[in-house]
Amino acid sequence: MPHDHHDHLSPSGHPYRQDNDSGLTYWQTMEIAVRELLVEKGEVTASQIADQISAMDERSPANGAAVVARAWTDPDFKARLMDNASDASREMGFDIGPMHLVAVENTAEVHNLIVCTLCSCYPRNLLGLPPDWYKTREYRSRAVREPRAVLREFGVELANGVQVRVHDSTADMRYIVLPARPAGTEGMDAEALAALVSRDSMIGTGLPRTPSST
Amino acid sequence: MGGAAAGAVPMDGHDFALWEKRVDALMILGSGKGHFTVDGLRRALEDMGEPAFESMSYYERWIAAINQNLIEAGVYSLEELGEKMAEVDARGETYAAAQGISE
Repeated sequence: MPHDHHDHLSPSGHPYRQDNDSGLTYWQTMEIAVRELLVEKGEVTASQIADQISAMDERSPANGAAVVARAWTDPDFKARLMDNASDASREMGFDIGPMHLVAVENTAEVHNLIVCTLCSCYPRNLLGLPPDWYKTREYRSRAVREPRAVLREFGVELANGVQVRVHDSTADMRYIVLPARPAGTEGMDAEALAALVSRDSMIGTGLPRTPSST
Repeated sequence: MGGAAAGAVPMDGHDFALWEKRVDALMILGSGKGHFTVDGLRRALEDMGEPAFESMSYYERWIAAINQNLIEAGVYSLEELGEKMAEVDARGETYAAAQGISE
C-alpha cells in the first residue's frame, strides 16, 4: 500500500529523522542555546545564520557536474583543473573558500575513491553536504581497508587490472574525482554531459551515467 | 577508525532537519570568526570516545564539539550556557515551541 507510510516521508521520499518530529532533545536545546548566546554576544546575527543555510542549500552536485563536464570538453580547462582545482572551480564562479581542492582523474587504468577516515571532510563547496553513508563508521573504516568490496556494495565492479587509489581527505585538503568520460558521448555538449555526472561518480563510489541509461 | 573492520555501508539517507542545518551554519560561522578550527572540533569529537559514535547522531556530536570549543574560547561561560538551556527548555516541548521570540 503506497500510502501507508506517506506521513513519514519527506517530499524527496526520504524518511524524516526521528528527532525532526518528536519532542525537543537535549542536543536541540543546546543548539538553540548556543545560537542565541552567539547572537546576544554580537558574534553572529540571525540573518547571517539564515544566509549561511541558504548558501549551503544552494550547493549541489550540479556544481561539481558542471566542472567535470567542462573538463571533458575543454582540454585547457582540464589542465588547469588538474593543476589547481580550487582556482579552476573559482574560474567557473564557484565559491571554494580557503580550502585546497585536488582533482584526481579516473582512467582505464586507475580508479580513485574519496573518504575522510577522521571525520566527514568533503568537497562541500562543489557537491553540497555529504550523504549520510559518507559519514558512517562503516564507509570510513572500510574504504581504506577493502575499497573493492565497498565499491561492489555501491554496484561498481572494477576489472582486476584497474588500480584503486583511495584518498583520505583533511580539513584543508579535499578531493574530487574527475570521472572518465563515458564512451558514446562524442557529440554531446557540456550541458548534456553534465547530466551524466552523478554525485557518486565524483566521490568515486559510482560511475557516470551512459547516454543510453538516461 | 580508518582500517577497522565494520559491516556493510548503510545506504539510507535523510533530509537534513532545520536544527542540523543550523549546527552546520554555526560551525562555518564560528570558525569564520576564529573561535575554533576544524582541528579543535575534531579534538573535541575524539575526546568523546567511541561510545559517542554509537549513541549520538552526527550533528549531535558536532553541536557538542562546537559548544565545548566556544566555552574554551571564552565566548560564553558554562554558567551562561546552563541558564540559557534551562530557559530554552522551559519554553515548550517541541523544537518549534522552544524557539525564542525573535525567531
